[in-house]
Amino acid sequence: MNPENYLFLSALLFTVGACGVLLRRNVIVLFMCVELMLNAANLALVTFSRMHGNLDGQIMAFFVMVVAAAEVVVGLAIIVMVFRSRHSASVDDASLMKL
Amino acid sequence: MESLIALLIAAPLLGAALLLVGGRRLDRVGHWLGTLLAAVSFVLAVVLFFDLLGREAEDRTLSQHLFSWVPVADFQADVAFQLDQLSMTFVLLITGVGTLIHLYSVGYMEHDERRRRFFGYLNLFLAAMLLLVLADNYLLLYVGWEGVGLASYLLIGFWQHKPSAATAAKKAFVVNRVGDVGLSIAIFLMFTTFGSFAFDTVLPNATGTSEATLTGIGLMLLLAACGKSAQVPLQSWLGDAMEGPTSVSALIHAATMVTAGVYLVTRSADVFNAAPNAQTVVITVGAVTLLFGAIVGCAKDDIKKALAGSTMSQIGYMMLAAGLGPLGYAFAIMHLVTHGFFKAGLFLGAGSVMHGMNDEVDMRRYGGLRKHMPITFATFGLAYLAIIGFPYLSGFFSKDEIIYAGFSKGGGQGWLLGGVMLLGAALTAYYMTRIMLLTFFGEKRWQPDANGHEPHPHESPLSMTVPMMVLAVGSVAAGFLFNLGSSFEHWLEPVTGIAHGDSPVSHGMVSIAATGVMVIGVAGAWFQYGRRPVPVVAPTGNLLTRAARRDLLQDDFNHAVLVQPGNYLTRGLVYVDHKGVDGVVNGTAAAFGGLSGRLRRVQNGFARSYAVSMFGGVVLLVAATLLMRAV
Repeated sequence: MNPENYLFLSALLFTVGACGVLLRRNVIVLFMCVELMLNAANLALVTFSRMHGNLDGQIMAFFVMVVAAAEVVVGLAIIVMVFRSRHSASVDDASLMKL
Repeated sequence: MESLIALLIAAPLLGAALLLVGGRRLDRVGHWLGTLLAAVSFVLAVVLFFDLLGREAEDRTLSQHLFSWVPVADFQADVAFQLDQLSMTFVLLITGVGTLIHLYSVGYMEHDERRRRFFGYLNLFLAAMLLLVLADNYLLLYVGWEGVGLASYLLIGFWQHKPSAATAAKKAFVVNRVGDVGLSIAIFLMFTTFGSFAFDTVLPNATGTSEATLTGIGLMLLLAACGKSAQVPLQSWLGDAMEGPTSVSALIHAATMVTAGVYLVTRSADVFNAAPNAQTVVITVGAVTLLFGAIVGCAKDDIKKALAGSTMSQIGYMMLAAGLGPLGYAFAIMHLVTHGFFKAGLFLGAGSVMHGMNDEVDMRRYGGLRKHMPITFATFGLAYLAIIGFPYLSGFFSKDEIIYAGFSKGGGQGWLLGGVMLLGAALTAYYMTRIMLLTFFGEKRWQPDANGHEPHPHESPLSMTVPMMVLAVGSVAAGFLFNLGSSFEHWLEPVTGIAHGDSPVSHGMVSIAATGVMVIGVAGAWFQYGRRPVPVVAPTGNLLTRAARRDLLQDDFNHAVLVQPGNYLTRGLVYVDHKGVDGVVNGTAAAFGGLSGRLRRVQNGFARSYAVSMFGGVVLLVAATLLMRAV
């Protein structure tokens, strides 16, 4: 099977994730979309690793997974705290950057 | 002796300073102080006059260098005075008539609570005029020139509570300013041409200079003279200037102010002699003004305005004579002096009449006053006979000499000038007789004024009648004395030069003709105003009469030709300013304001929209990278 198809899948997943981040308000969905983009990137890295016949991309993918795991921990904690204080999972409700 | 010259000016200047700065504590003595200082100046003038008389004709020039005013490299402006025969004549006239007018004002302004200030201004007027005629360079003359303008402004608008007086003062000032521009340009031209503006540099060098330059200087000097001497086309301020107290009118018309223009032209004789074209313009201006003023004088019912028209006309005679060059300079000055006597007498007489008539100025409401004011009648009558040129009174000599000089110009021009001046003489006799008949003869025509006060005409106090008597004596005798052995001509000859043209008519014939037209003028006025009762309300009159009552449409002309276009111009400029200049500035500001208002919305505080811009940026970067690759 042509490895380029994985790249197309990766691009598709990334686009879905990006659109989700940009368009949705629910913070949990947003978070999942971020994960989707990270994994799309991982898929692309692994595909390139396969296409080039070396392991650099795969190693990089492991790093990304580790960072993503750490991010999930911190991010979920923040989400829980925000939800507790505001009783809402909408990002717009928590917008404090412009008074 | 030289050191006395500065004192001539210093005395009235000191008076002006004391009276204007001294405040109320001088209220009780201020008028006498002002009169005294004017008299001191007159006494000094007489002393200097006898000193000059005691010298040889060539040595009759005194000069005094007071201090260096602006010494900068080649530019040397000195405060220095020069007293020669011409200046001396003016100084005697200014201080002599000026002192009499001061004395008269003591009585005339008796009930005015600002009398002290009035005398301060009068003294300032004298000082400025003396500075004008005594300066030995054009720049210092200009200082006096402006001082005269200022003093006339203050005095014409002395009754500033009357809007008409305030407007008249402003008008006089503005019109004079037009003339002053001419004088400044003339001084600039002199400085670039001669490198100096002292009389003793400019005048002797005039003959060797290009005629075009001299014509330019001459025309600019004439413009200046027109402004001060109320000649066409800058004559419009003179009639309105009658809003001032009558003694001011006498001072302006007889001793100061309007004589300044004639002085300027005569003083600059060398410039004009070498610029025949400029002389022609001077003659034209004089001839036009002499008829203009006479026609206006014939139609006015306001006694002071009729006399103002007369002044304009008489100054026209002087201007014309000055334009004739050495043929006429001496006679221009001679007429100026005799005119100073009789016109001051006429104005003071008019003031005396108004004083007795509750300040009524309409001659149609006078009538029969000779019984009530015998002294005023007698002095006014003598001045009247002098101005119309009654044989052997002063106007007869000076005016005939000017008419004769006009004929001496020779050729068709001579006949034209002589004819115009004879016509002017007839008109003079007509309007003066009209004033005389309306005021002193006929039935009484006065009525109670708006407040129900009927005027009780009475003779004025001595302080007013004595100056009138002195002036009447001057009006009678001056011409005869001046003409005795042509003494006046010979007195002025070293300054103005003297020439005799070949006149097609003899001196005697001119005198007979002038007397003839005078009789015609008097008879004309008698037929119209003496034979039958005069209506109190002026009849409508024909087109010329109505135009003359409106000063021959001078104000309408100025309004249509100068004021209206000026208004349109300013309105246009204001429009351009508002729509154009302001539009660009405001438009730029509005554009930036609008743009920033739109840009501001990008910063909406939502993290997602910032993410969009980041995303867009990344897409652009990637696209650009790919594009670069592809190329």
